[in-house]
Amino acid sequence: MKCRKCGEPAVLELRRHNAAFCAPDFLEFFRNQVREAIRKHRMFTKDETVLVAVSGGKDSLALWDVLIDEGYRTTGLHLDLGIFEYSVESRAKCEQFAAAHGVPLIISAVSDEVGAPVPVIKAVTRRPPCSGCGLSKRYLMNRAALEHGMPVVATGHNLDDEAATLFGSVMHWQTDALPRQSPALPSTHPKLVRRVKPLYRLSERETAAFAFLRKIDYIVEECPFAAGATSIAHKEILSRMEDASPGAKHNFLFGFLDRARPAFERAAAVTLNECLRCGQVTTGTICAFCKLADQVKRRVS
Amino acid sequence: MKVILRNPRREVAVAGNRRVKDILRELDILPETVLVICGDDLVTADHVVREDATIELRPVMSGGLR
Repeated sequence: MKCRKCGEPAVLELRRHNAAFCAPDFLEFFRNQVREAIRKHRMFTKDETVLVAVSGGKDSLALWDVLIDEGYRTTGLHLDLGIFEYSVESRAKCEQFAAAHGVPLIISAVSDEVGAPVPVIKAVTRRPPCSGCGLSKRYLMNRAALEHGMPVVATGHNLDDEAATLFGSVMHWQTDALPRQSPALPSTHPKLVRRVKPLYRLSERETAAFAFLRKIDYIVEECPFAAGATSIAHKEILSRMEDASPGAKHNFLFGFLDRARPAFERAAAVTLNECLRCGQVTTGTICAFCKLADQVKRRVS
Repeated sequence: MKVILRNPRREVAVAGNRRVKDILRELDILPETVLVICGDDLVTADHVVREDATIELRPVMSGGLR
């Protein structure tokens, strides 16, 4: 198989683009996709500091790598979830990356903020582990950005993540979730920073290939709590559709963003308040994070 | 050849010189769900892996709610 651009031997075939690339041309293709995402959605500028949420996995470290190379001012944020050896290794990957690139990294431990690590939160709340974890991440990312004066948080969500989330929302007709699914969510409250996903145009195979070719040392092992997660089941279904019809995931997500999302956006009207306890943004009076922390502290003490 | 799989890490043996796409089919792995690593390189589906070689099929799916 030959590279579409230069004719040299290819290292990666992208069936949805009916193309294959050699390593240098794939890296350039990847960077172009990130540039296009940032440009199209006006995600951030080089005058702003971007808080990059990094887990230690391929997506977030690939994103940080591209943004540094592109000349953006970045600070990493790693949330230590306290999930046994997995979290120890994840944190080490982020620290090594930050040290090697000479970029700042903020580390925050969920156990310090919520009162217990994710495995205990799972046990005492009887929530699915990804639920309490995701809630904590969204809250802590926004709060860290505000505390450090950064207007935007960038996450490593890729095309597969976004297509799987959309699939889950549609399967349950969660019409309140659909308008929130976007590569770029603006700040709609002084205490809510912008949230952007510069990798949304790239599949997770592409981000994995980028990380491998850039020799980024990322954690390959999966979170032990991810097994059996609904989002994984949705990804597997979508991957079978992609195998049968290359481009299926892309068409599903981009068709929604271009043609369907605006209809749901008009239907959504949410009033935002400040949590009476912590001052962060909520649609009620006490935010979901404070309720979670209360519940955990009650059960643990 | 030796094929290294992950999550959990394990090894399987596949006989003969084989194309990557045939190895994946035999192991019932969708091509879009793995990187195929041969030494320090990525290889495409038409690449022929020699019987004495080692390849890694590294999963690309990450999950849970991120």
